[in-house]
Amino acid sequence: MIIKQLSVFLENKTGRLNEVTQLLGNAGINMSAMSLADTSEFGILRMIASEPEKALSILKESEFSVRLTDVVCLNSPNEPGALARALNILSGEGVFIEYLYAYSMDNKTANIVLKPDNIQKCIEVLQAHKLELVSASDMYKI
Amino acid sequence: MIWNEKIECASRDEMRDIQSERLKETVTRIYHNVPSYRQKMQAVGLVPDDIKSVDDLSKLPFTLKTDLRDNYPFGLFTVPMSEIVRIHASSGTTGKPTVVGYTRKDLNNWAEMITRGLCMAGVHRDDIVQVAYGYGLFTGGLGMHYGCENLGASVIPISGGNTDKQLQLMQDFGTTVLACTPSYSLHLGEELAAKGIKKEDLKLRIGIFGAEPWTENMRKEIEASLGIKAIDIYGLSEIMGPGVSCECEHQAGMHIMEDHFIPEIIDPITLQPLPAGEVGELVFTTITKEGIPLIRYRTRDLTRLNYEKCACGRTLVRMEKCKGRSDDMLIIRGVNVFPSQIESVLLEMSETAPHYLLIVEREGNLDTLKLMVEVQEQFFSDEIRQLEALRKKIKNKLQSTLGISVDVKLVEPKTIERTAGKAKRVIDNRNL
Ligand SMILES: [Zn+2]
Repeated sequence: MIIKQLSVFLENKTGRLNEVTQLLGNAGINMSAMSLADTSEFGILRMIASEPEKALSILKESEFSVRLTDVVCLNSPNEPGALARALNILSGEGVFIEYLYAYSMDNKTANIVLKPDNIQKCIEVLQAHKLELVSASDMYKI
Repeated sequence: MIWNEKIECASRDEMRDIQSERLKETVTRIYHNVPSYRQKMQAVGLVPDDIKSVDDLSKLPFTLKTDLRDNYPFGLFTVPMSEIVRIHASSGTTGKPTVVGYTRKDLNNWAEMITRGLCMAGVHRDDIVQVAYGYGLFTGGLGMHYGCENLGASVIPISGGNTDKQLQLMQDFGTTVLACTPSYSLHLGEELAAKGIKKEDLKLRIGIFGAEPWTENMRKEIEASLGIKAIDIYGLSEIMGPGVSCECEHQAGMHIMEDHFIPEIIDPITLQPLPAGEVGELVFTTITKEGIPLIRYRTRDLTRLNYEKCACGRTLVRMEKCKGRSDDMLIIRGVNVFPSQIESVLLEMSETAPHYLLIVEREGNLDTLKLMVEVQEQFFSDEIRQLEALRKKIKNKLQSTLGISVDVKLVEPKTIERTAGKAKRVIDNRNL
């Protein structure tokens, strides 16, 4: 259930994001989800790639500061209030979310990538409440 | 054990008398034997009789490294070559090497200095000392060698390099003391671990390390990896070689062999002597050296002196680990800033110092300091919060260390240009 997310340190300079996507594209690595968090000075690119280990070494070779971070992905119905329900459950159980990003593939469901402070507990809580988690292999395949 | 208690524990007054007497003799000898220094004295209207005690030291002109080069090779020697029994030379980064000559008496004095240093470190005649400093023109190997023999310890003159052999003899001979550069000792520690040799299987107990700058963090690392006490020894070939000063077991500053060298701390800009305890450039006057005595030699090393009696019982003044080189010093808003201070702040935050670049600008009348720090793996977190916290921490630490505010910017790896593998540390864009 644990998904390896790729996190890349980016300065706010033009062209760097392009470089990352091109490097991975050339290597035939697909990105299924992506989010860019930025401050006035720098940014962190977070993404789910089809081959995280390979993507890591490709970016490292090109001198990027990059690491793999454990995240989970929740598959939630694409309807009002669904995400709020899931988050309420987590906060009720004392799981703190560092950040999240979501994307929707169709009209029925949305995938929500979560970085909790305690990943094992987060998985247990979500499973106990019968919330659907996306498996890593499914996630990389998208 | 204290090798020469009478000298090493002398009162300040006794030391002053010894120094004054020897200073007068040295100045007279140089005046009559070294034309270039005589001219310097004449230029400021000084004759040897004007120097009556150490209080008059600051009247004397400085000697610079360029003076040695300009008088290459033997122009500053004060004795005929028949009296010189050894020559050492250090290769400079530019131009001709710096050449020094030693008389028999110089070598005996030097051996005693190192013997005193070894005793300070806790070495005794039962020890087996592996001298892994280079033997040759460099002063490290031979200097250490004769000091150990003078003490009566058993010397393994293995010289530098050949790590496999170093480790083999260390095990087979039961080496108890290692003398080399601190970086080589780290390398030996790594090789030891790589070969699966446990430090407990070695008899090593003390390391005498010098000839290059090293940090307290390196000391901890060396002590842990080799299971020893790491002692700092200081010296420079122009003045003598290793043993000009050495730490005792208390590791609280290096005791300077004051009966041979008078230390001063000067402001590198105004060249005025600074009060005891302030950081400035270290200046040495040799007062027993026959081959090539030097008056007020500017070492370019930055440190401070502590005249308090040491817990070991010695009264010899102590110098702190060098804080950097006066050549690298920047003055920003009237504050002296050394790149080494920034490096040590960064080192406190991670195992390995990240690459950094200091940029000084002048905006209006105000100097600003910007520090670019490469975010390498050891620093990188995927949370903005933590990166911001890191940036603030570096900023606050620098502010409290330097006393001025620094704008810290986190940049990607390899952003900072490297020339020949070495990173440039400072860009001063002020047109001063
Ligand atoms: Zn001491």
